[in-house]
Amino acid sequence: MGKVRLSQEGVVFALAVALFAVFAVLLNNFLTAGNLIALVRSVSILGILGLGMGLVVIGRGIDLAMIATMVVTLSWVLSMAQAGTPFDTALAYGFLLAVAIGLASGILIAYADIPAIFTTLAMGLVIYGSGRAFLFQIDVQNTPSGVAWFDFLGRGLLFGLPMPIAAFAVLAALIALMLMRTRFGRFVYAAGDNPLAARITGVPLRPLIVLQYVVSSLIAFLAGIVMAAAVSGMSTRVYNSTMIYDVLLVVVLGGISLSGGRGGVRNVLVGTLLVGVLLNGMTILDITYTTQNLIKSLILLLAIMVDSFINPRDEQTSQQSQGDI
Amino acid sequence: MASSDTFAYLRSRYLPDHLIGEILSKRWIDNAIPFSALVITIVVMGSIIPDFLSVSSLSDLARQFAEFGLVVLALTVVMISGGIDLSVASVFSLAVLFSLIGVNVYALPIPVVLAGILVMGIFCGAINGVLVGYLRLRAFLTTLVSLIIFRSIYEIVFVKMSTAMMSGFSMSDLWLFIGEGTILGVPTSLVITLIIALAWHLVLSRMRPGWRLTAVGGARRSAFNAGIDVRFMVFLTYVASSTMCALAGFLFAARLGSTGSDTGVGLEVQALTAAVLGGTAIGGGRGSVAKAIIGSLLVLILTNGLINLGISGPINSTILGAILLTAVFVDMRWQKHRHRILAKVYVSPAYLALPPAPKVDAPGSPYVLNDRLRSVEIIGLGQIEGPEDVILDRDDNLYCGTRHGDIVRFFGPDHQRSEVFAHIGGHPLGMAFDRVGNLLVCIGGMGLFQVAPDRTVTKLTDETNRSWTSIVDDSRLRLADDVDVAPDGRIYFSEATIRYEQEDWATDALESRPSGRMICYDPRTGKTHTEIPKLVFANGVTMCPDGQSFMFAESWTCSISRYWFDGPKKGKTEKVISSLPGYPDNINRSSDGNYWLALLGMRGPALDLAMRMPGFRKRMARRVAPDQWLYPNINTGCVVKFNEKGEILDNLWDLGGRNHPMITSMREHKGWLYLGGVSNNRIGRYKLPDADPNWCAQDAYWGPRA
Repeated sequence: MGKVRLSQEGVVFALAVALFAVFAVLLNNFLTAGNLIALVRSVSILGILGLGMGLVVIGRGIDLAMIATMVVTLSWVLSMAQAGTPFDTALAYGFLLAVAIGLASGILIAYADIPAIFTTLAMGLVIYGSGRAFLFQIDVQNTPSGVAWFDFLGRGLLFGLPMPIAAFAVLAALIALMLMRTRFGRFVYAAGDNPLAARITGVPLRPLIVLQYVVSSLIAFLAGIVMAAAVSGMSTRVYNSTMIYDVLLVVVLGGISLSGGRGGVRNVLVGTLLVGVLLNGMTILDITYTTQNLIKSLILLLAIMVDSFINPRDEQTSQQSQGDI
Repeated sequence: MASSDTFAYLRSRYLPDHLIGEILSKRWIDNAIPFSALVITIVVMGSIIPDFLSVSSLSDLARQFAEFGLVVLALTVVMISGGIDLSVASVFSLAVLFSLIGVNVYALPIPVVLAGILVMGIFCGAINGVLVGYLRLRAFLTTLVSLIIFRSIYEIVFVKMSTAMMSGFSMSDLWLFIGEGTILGVPTSLVITLIIALAWHLVLSRMRPGWRLTAVGGARRSAFNAGIDVRFMVFLTYVASSTMCALAGFLFAARLGSTGSDTGVGLEVQALTAAVLGGTAIGGGRGSVAKAIIGSLLVLILTNGLINLGISGPINSTILGAILLTAVFVDMRWQKHRHRILAKVYVSPAYLALPPAPKVDAPGSPYVLNDRLRSVEIIGLGQIEGPEDVILDRDDNLYCGTRHGDIVRFFGPDHQRSEVFAHIGGHPLGMAFDRVGNLLVCIGGMGLFQVAPDRTVTKLTDETNRSWTSIVDDSRLRLADDVDVAPDGRIYFSEATIRYEQEDWATDALESRPSGRMICYDPRTGKTHTEIPKLVFANGVTMCPDGQSFMFAESWTCSISRYWFDGPKKGKTEKVISSLPGYPDNINRSSDGNYWLALLGMRGPALDLAMRMPGFRKRMARRVAPDQWLYPNINTGCVVKFNEKGEILDNLWDLGGRNHPMITSMREHKGWLYLGGVSNNRIGRYKLPDADPNWCAQDAYWGPRA
């Protein structure tokens, strides 16, 4: 009790700053301009994905198929571009594919009542498997040359900021506006807080859920474009990595409760910052990839535990029919 | 008979569509679909893949099943308790890794390695168990993260130890025996798995911990309220799960002797698919060892078959993911709509052509209307609810059952004071006294009970022989409703229906299907058997004076029949009255050697016509709310007296329905007629003008008191 209220984002922000300070003092190469730019650039993709995941988690869902969506849509787009399709047309196809994936997940979750975590886990498998089998053949796709805006997106600067960061910032502003100012955004909070109550008050719950997954799918597609532009290609290795857990880490660490209805874009920003500093520090420390995974997943576990203490599940509104999942 | 009637009759007679509902209401239907899928898969794969059923491929399959089945069983146990455990895959691979390190690198004795592996499994499970059970974290997400954590440990250790592991080699006979040996021709690992499966089957289906586990999954809060330590049970399931996965990994290590960077990758999705395909419910409360075995065989045969057919990895995982989604989808729909589907399909009306009803208002009709029951004396008004049957003993005490499960005794001769004579629990229906004065009671939903004069309650029987052709379990007594005793002590009682419980009697009326019966309990042998099967709502039985036959009523056919259980006409049934104006209920003897019969309600032309239109009634049952259905008119009833030839001798009505709108039973005693009704709150007493004022049913049947 008392006047000082510890909000999770405050704690996380302080933690990020502290970690930043520790790394800055202890690591030689940490506090250089080049490293900082690299740091922010590397986490901008994670941040973009975190915005999509955050939106779905606020609506009491989860989207584990984001990475699969990102990899498959972009690999397909790039392979079409390689095969001679105009890049814009290929992008349009990719866009449609992303919408279709979001619709499929959303309909299964909203109308068929399959738990979101189940649906998106299986959807990830289905999307990647069929994409790998039918849409593109090689593991690494390169970006086509000569598309000016695409090159600019990857390497250009906007007001001195690298474009990926600018894209992240713009998207964050857009999502924040959407969540705070639009009817859709407010409904997402309502549905996440108490789906049944939202439904009774007239919120079109099922279409709303579908729309959330379509949006998160499109954000995954967007993240894919930025990623492909930044690293000049797309590799299926990304799918096999544990990136989806990094995205979850961003969201949960940032303080968006898995119980739904709480959190916002600010939480994603803070979470991204902390995870970015952490990843960058660990890379400079030369910790192996697998050990990094171990550390990250332990932190994620810790974050989930803390989340369950701060935002305990409401027995009244947690879905009883689906058990303890 | 019009041709449409003939068609309706033939259809209802020969098309057993009531069986669909009965099959769907069976518990094993959950297993039937996965099992048929398994059979189809085996047949299809066997026909398109050469050598699919050869000995070598079968023994290979058996060993794979031993490991995979164990993992699926582990997941099933967790899922039954309402959780989920995705970390099965990495616990499995960790076990493979540490087994090989123990055996190949450090050359430890095999039992020590096994013990170590099991301890590791317990430890991993305890982590999950504490997180999910005690800290109440979300099972799916938590075990997803522990999946990654254990996997990271695997990868870190694997890189360091892989060379040492590959170069080492164990010469242990025990290790070889576990990996490649057989017991009586069955692979060792399969024997181990089958023993564990059997143990789990016993625990889950026969033992207290298993039932508690299912209770936790089925209704967590109710389980908690019932005093089950929910958190500890959940904790235990994760420990059990990880331990079994560790054992599976140990078996795998013994069989292959090596491990790769992809060992156990994606196993969690495979196991999940297997569990869900087998019919284990997501969210808990439903699952069994049989389901786990069916599901794991299905997935194993499917994936092996796809690999054999040369289908590439990505398509394979797509197919698996799609199957998982479909299975979960079907499972969710089935769980949600099962009761609704069942309710729509179960009601299956039959064709029943009733003879025209005798006119009750025509002059000269034996049923001519009167109001003689209006002036009855009322006994126990408001003190009792639902006296379906009434009976009097030699001391003029009056007994009746109540809806609350009591048998109430009103003290004679004025019946002003009452007491609860016995409490049995179910609604007592028909009653009778045996030779020594024990009260025999039929109790809806429970069976046949005996209350001795000293009030001790004994269950005589609650089951009869199971007939082979019946799909619903007809060995259970669902609605025993009237009873009488033959002079030799054999007890005959009627059961109205085997398809519905007591409160759904109106649905049985809508069906009018021959699903009732007469049952005989012989106290000398203690055995019960079905004497006459396939009666339409058998309801009411009384012995004839010859001691070789009894009269029984079938309500929905509006008829009375006589059946000989002894003597020269043994086994014969004859119709005594084939067309009553209403629906007959209990029958009892009268002082002048004839029979009293209660009509619980009257027929109406609309329902009589509907009886010849099964399709119409089926549509009505599906589309109209039950309180809007056509019902037998139970607002008016009467008592009639008939003789052995089926002639109606007398009748008593309460046309205005003031005192006895519905009558289900009547007893004559010392010049009075006592009336009971299943929905009444009173007992009526009517002075019979010209009856023997000293006649007591017990004395007349059993002889004077010994």
